[in-house]
Amino acid sequence: MEQLYIDLENYLGIGTDSVPEVVRLAIAVLVLGTIFLLAPILTIWVERKVAARFQNRIGPNRTGPYGLLQSFADVLKLIGKEQIMPAHADRIPFLFAPLLMVVSVIMITAVIPLMPNYIGADLSIGALYFVAIGSLSTIAVVMAGWGSNNKYALLGAFRTVAQLISYEIPLVFSLLVPVLFAGTMSMVGITQAQADLDYWYIFLAPASFLIFLFSNLAEIGRTPFDLLEAESELVAGYQIEYSAMPWGMFMLSEFLHAFLIGPLVAVLFLGGWDGPFAEDVPVLGVVYLVIKSMAVYFLGMWMRATLPRFRIDQLMEFNWKFLVPLSIANLLIASFLWELFPEPAGGGLVDNFPRFIVMGGSSLFTLMVGLEFLRRKSVEDRERIARLIDEKNYPLATADQTGVAGD
Amino acid sequence: MLDVYAPVAPLFILAILVGGIILILSRLMGPSKPHARKVATYESGMRPIGPAVRRLPVQFHRVGMLFILFDIEVIFFIPWALVFRDLGFYGLAVMGVFFYVLLIGLAYEWFAGGLEWEQ
Repeated sequence: MEQLYIDLENYLGIGTDSVPEVVRLAIAVLVLGTIFLLAPILTIWVERKVAARFQNRIGPNRTGPYGLLQSFADVLKLIGKEQIMPAHADRIPFLFAPLLMVVSVIMITAVIPLMPNYIGADLSIGALYFVAIGSLSTIAVVMAGWGSNNKYALLGAFRTVAQLISYEIPLVFSLLVPVLFAGTMSMVGITQAQADLDYWYIFLAPASFLIFLFSNLAEIGRTPFDLLEAESELVAGYQIEYSAMPWGMFMLSEFLHAFLIGPLVAVLFLGGWDGPFAEDVPVLGVVYLVIKSMAVYFLGMWMRATLPRFRIDQLMEFNWKFLVPLSIANLLIASFLWELFPEPAGGGLVDNFPRFIVMGGSSLFTLMVGLEFLRRKSVEDRERIARLIDEKNYPLATADQTGVAGD
Repeated sequence: MLDVYAPVAPLFILAILVGGIILILSRLMGPSKPHARKVATYESGMRPIGPAVRRLPVQFHRVGMLFILFDIEVIFFIPWALVFRDLGFYGLAVMGVFFYVLLIGLAYEWFAGGLEWEQ
């Protein structure tokens, strides 16, 4: 926190002696909070534009230049809408669920190192804090689902909880890989370790990076993991009875959470603010972090635009039979190889090249083995379903299989 | 030592304030004309049938149990990962035994059918 004070003194000209500590703390937090509260408004615009391009549309382009003001218009509209309290709703959970959701997501922002010497709170358990506070939203979802007194909402809440707690396991296992490399859970420490080494942990553990990304996408409930909403079966899942700004707060926190996954992945695997000249010109650090975060975010949008939704049994099996064993294997292999091939003194890309080959290679190899198992399983499943169709003579099948559908 | 947590408290207050103000603002600005049809529970246009809070499908319960088991194991890994560099091969060997037990458990669960969604 002292670092933040120092920066504030430099940038804003607030003297150490002239202003009491509480005020400085408040200003620092206000700056941090404002940055992150404004971020999703821009991100929503980016998301809509990119999603539109994926679907061969133009996207919002009427409100303001390039449709930039669309999100503001949406917020204004939502504020003017009617809040409906459904009959027989459990009032307290129903009212407090959106608030808890927003609070949990805003509190995450405290541990993101924006640039060298600029972070809300350099906690020694930063990465754990991120995951722990982030999963508070599970409770908000249960509150919303339970309080709404609606079957769809409750079923959506059950699914959400099952999904979130399942994907927590591979999430933490793959989170441990960079922690193990850096020897610290502090977000600043992990970034600094990568900056000192001049390479990023993604080179040492590409499979862990991918597992972490996937489990995070599941954690925030984006397509293909959006079973909590599942428009086509549950209408809107846990948020079905919400209207006006409470609903808007669910959307806001969802987008903010989705956006914050970017910095988290960037810090753990892509070196955070690390980049050329970042340590001399701290502002460059923000630019690098935003670029990396948006790259990660773009991956999420790409998947969202490309992949169809999982079924609940597929979702669970994908987690327990694929991600969990794979993340455990990756943690084991990474720790073993780290001991076997100790870090060369000083770091650097060239000296570490053999380690990239060995560790990154074995990480990718494990991933390939896992994917091969997955492929065989899915082929087996497809054949089983085809046999079932054959046996039961479902009219679903093609004409040459049944001789019915062709008529 | 707890000083580093100082910014978390104002951030918490800020979050509650922002959320609360938005909610209250929305309540004040928006109309409020509830009537029986409007506040009725949504059920695809029909009148709701039966209570909304029903029995929990057993699969979710099983997932919860699995999670608790694994989560406790994960917690043991966190301190190990933090001091991994100091422990060296000894730590690796000790944790290897733990890994082994964990994997046996996972394999047993897998073959006993505990990971199938529908039995």
